[in-house]
Amino acid sequence: MKLGVALRVFVASLARRRLATVLSVLAIALGVALGLAVNIIHASALDEFGRGMRLLAGESDLQAVGPRGGFDDAVYVRLAQAPEVEQVSPVLEIEARLVGREGSLRLYGIDVFRVAGTTPRLLPRSDEDTGRLAILEPDRVFLSAAARATLGLETGDVLQVLSGLEQRRFIVSGGVPAAGRGEAFGVLDIAAAQDGFGRVGTLTRVDLRLAPGVSVAAARERLSALLPAGVELITPDEGVDQAAGLSRAYRVNMSMLAAIALLTGGFLVFSAQWLAVVRRRALFAFLRALGMTRGELVRGLVLEGAVVGLVGGVIGVGLAHVFAAAAFALVGADLGAGLLSASEPQASFRVLPATLHLALGIVIGAFGAWLPAREAARRAPARALRAGDEVEAWRGRPRSGPAAICVVLAVAACFVPPIAGLPLAGYAAVALVLAAVVLVLPTVVALVARVLSISSDAVARLARSRLSAAPGQAVVAGAGVVASVALAVAMAVMVSSFRVSLDDWLLRVLPADVYVRASPSAQSGFLPSAAVGRVASLAQVASVTSLRYDTVRADDGGPPMTLIARPAENGAALPLVAQMNVDGSTVWLSEAAADLLGVAPGERVTLPLAGSAHEFTVGGVWRDYARQHGAIVIELEEWRRITGDERTNDLGVQFAPGVAADEGRAAILAALHGAPVELSDPARIRATSLEIFDRTFLVTWLMEAVAVAIGLFGIVTTFAALSLSRAAEFGVLRHLGLERRRIGSLLAAEGGVTALAGVTAGVAGGFAIAAILIYVINRQSFHWSMDPAVPWAMIGAFALALVVLAALAARLAGARAMRRDAVLAVKEDW
Amino acid sequence: MLEVVDLAKSHVAGRPLFAGVCLRMMPGEVVAIVGESGSGKSTLLNCVAGLESVDAGELRLDGIGLITLDEDAFARLRREKYGFVFQAFHVLPHLTLAQNVALPLWLLGQSERAADASARAMLGRVGLAERAGDWPRNLSGGELQRVAIARALVHGPRLVLADEPTGNLDPELAGGVLDLMCERVRVAGAMAIIVTHSAQAASRADRVLRLTRDGLAGAA
Repeated sequence: MKLGVALRVFVASLARRRLATVLSVLAIALGVALGLAVNIIHASALDEFGRGMRLLAGESDLQAVGPRGGFDDAVYVRLAQAPEVEQVSPVLEIEARLVGREGSLRLYGIDVFRVAGTTPRLLPRSDEDTGRLAILEPDRVFLSAAARATLGLETGDVLQVLSGLEQRRFIVSGGVPAAGRGEAFGVLDIAAAQDGFGRVGTLTRVDLRLAPGVSVAAARERLSALLPAGVELITPDEGVDQAAGLSRAYRVNMSMLAAIALLTGGFLVFSAQWLAVVRRRALFAFLRALGMTRGELVRGLVLEGAVVGLVGGVIGVGLAHVFAAAAFALVGADLGAGLLSASEPQASFRVLPATLHLALGIVIGAFGAWLPAREAARRAPARALRAGDEVEAWRGRPRSGPAAICVVLAVAACFVPPIAGLPLAGYAAVALVLAAVVLVLPTVVALVARVLSISSDAVARLARSRLSAAPGQAVVAGAGVVASVALAVAMAVMVSSFRVSLDDWLLRVLPADVYVRASPSAQSGFLPSAAVGRVASLAQVASVTSLRYDTVRADDGGPPMTLIARPAENGAALPLVAQMNVDGSTVWLSEAAADLLGVAPGERVTLPLAGSAHEFTVGGVWRDYARQHGAIVIELEEWRRITGDERTNDLGVQFAPGVAADEGRAAILAALHGAPVELSDPARIRATSLEIFDRTFLVTWLMEAVAVAIGLFGIVTTFAALSLSRAAEFGVLRHLGLERRRIGSLLAAEGGVTALAGVTAGVAGGFAIAAILIYVINRQSFHWSMDPAVPWAMIGAFALALVVLAALAARLAGARAMRRDAVLAVKEDW
Repeated sequence: MLEVVDLAKSHVAGRPLFAGVCLRMMPGEVVAIVGESGSGKSTLLNCVAGLESVDAGELRLDGIGLITLDEDAFARLRREKYGFVFQAFHVLPHLTLAQNVALPLWLLGQSERAADASARAMLGRVGLAERAGDWPRNLSGGELQRVAIARALVHGPRLVLADEPTGNLDPELAGGVLDLMCERVRVAGAMAIIVTHSAQAASRADRVLRLTRDGLAGAA
């Protein structure tokens, strides 16, 4: 068959059924747009993030990195003397808490004579009137253009930051010309940084450039021997990968959501094509009689679907860039997840992802058309020319066997461990559950249609008879509803479970009346032991709990885990999910840490602390929703014994009985002599956390709303086409005395029951998918467990709304058929 | 009794189709209306059924004036007092034969069980008792038209309107179907108007009338 013939015979029909074509194109476009937008957003954010990290890594081949608290600067001397190393430069990185305003500024303490050899972009430049060697003076700081703009500081102004509870003042003396656009940071002399922030003898990073001819692998092997426990050598790209890895599971999850929206679009193409095939069965029979082969018929119809996919794909690619730009403006580069802090990403056009998503649109369109095409080709021409043959196409056989196989495979997939750190088998299980619910839809339709038996009204009987005899009609109309409802219900259950569990967790981890902190744990503020002592001795205070945060590289090649030193009360103070009574040095691992380290309660784990390795027994596993990369709790006393670090990041304060909160807070501030500390109310922290949680899932809800809307499109297109093809039937009914408006009631009843069947199957599938999300995908992606909590009222209201909307949509879609003249309608043969 | 008095109808463009149509029918009577193609036979039938408006005249069925009824009221009246037989049968493909025949009883609000029993009994009278649970796709044209006749009569209508009821059947089959329909109408004491081009069909009627632009006249 020549292309010209195919276009005239098949593709041209798309223009004749405009509503179905437009909605199919729109559905594909939305699916492609969502998928590509997620890709663009994350790729742009990661690019920007990686560019920033590479800028700061400069031309170094390797970097020695350790815990956040830093490591002994003797490491620098040892590395500098190694023959494999040509250039070496020490760095002390400090997240300096700003005084008098919210937030912090990253400061890099550098050796100006060394930095040019490894990280020239960190080189500061003095302003004309400050002198070329101003960098060596202890009270000077050089700010990147972005930092100057953000802080509103110019040369000669004073930057005030916090070190512990003490204020430090630095004079802005120049800039960092090579800093990238949007990169806000400051540079100062390393000695000034060590001295000013109480970190004398400490480094956080050493940048290395290797001697000519020395390979990275060889150097890493030999230099690693020079490093203390907890300090490792990574390439700058590995650093980027580690940081990007934190958001990977989130990115994949978002992409999967977009894929489901696209799949729902595929169902819509399927619905539209099936209807078009049924309506043109006589034409196809005629073409077959003229000599068109089955293969040519299939190819022609698949081409129709592919054209829908192509047009939808092209529109989707354009829309994706609009969505991405809007997302950057509204919720930020990480879609509200708080995982990446890229500065100013741009929604740039990328050929490969755009082409891939366009191809995906075409494939989905073609695939949606394939089943109807096969059905059209299978039908014998003589049979298709007979009146009443249409109903055959809607008969829809129950496929319990394949559905059962899908369920068994889905269950099996749930037990497959993550592949490359991703729950790929879990996603396959979700797809299998969706397939199973679509396959059992004819059975569900037949069962649900029985609800119409409660009414003896003729309309109810007619609708029930139609749906029982032609459940395929409901399958075609409701397939999209099933997929989108299953997804929406699954997400509702998962999000509700997560929210309830998060709320419980916050109550468990924030037991104090008030928390005192000089700055967030990653920043330069802290409470010295003397200050803690003053608070503890207050008459208004019953008890205090010190928390100290650091990082530890316990997992080879992985990002650093958070180390929390606190009174653990043998695990009783933690939200444990597993525990074992053990003796000796004990640590308690978060679920993520236990997964990443592959250890269970009772097993041993080695942690590099203060430059040497220490063995601990795992006393339990606790739930931690704050740190996806893992956290380890160690007894505060043990931490202090090993490291000698007496500082406190957060101080939980329990007021004495009868002390009012305001009185207690005033007493604490007085005891700290008005130091710029933050007193946090646990209720406020909880409210803020839940607010952030809700914002994080906002995008998810939006994507689901799109999927549900696409599912409803399926109802509209199906009933619009059905009502036209059933004009003669409606004409007969009107002859027999059925009022015109009750034809609308008939369509509404059929639409409502179709949606009810779709919703019933979708809700059942949604619960199954929710279980997969909670127990498999979330567990494998984020290492988070949660207690199931089903939002019954929300799901009930959603289901009811969808059924009502579907009934209305079907009623509206049939308006044209209702307006049709009954006399003309019965003149047509069927 | 059906009374049609001076009924007139024009084309949409205003050109008169027919005028001065008068007809009085008594229970048990079958009338055939013949005429040229385009003379308005089917339109007259649709006017009597309340599916098309008239320009002038009176229509009464058992003393009820039909012209002033609104669309819904006429639909309710059709449900109770009318039966229809179409040239293309129009047996609904997604209903079994029994359900198709029970359809008018459903519309009258009869219980499913009672409607089913009546439908099966009526199917028995048209010789299809054994096939009550069958689907229309398995029936021949003659069998489908017998189902349509059963559907037209099952609820005891006062008036059966048949538009070319044998147009899709061969002459031998058509004779049997017409005999069946006329017999059932007469037994039930109903009335029937058959619009047809077929002399064979017209010969089954008690009266044959020709429709012209000036009204109905006795045919030769």
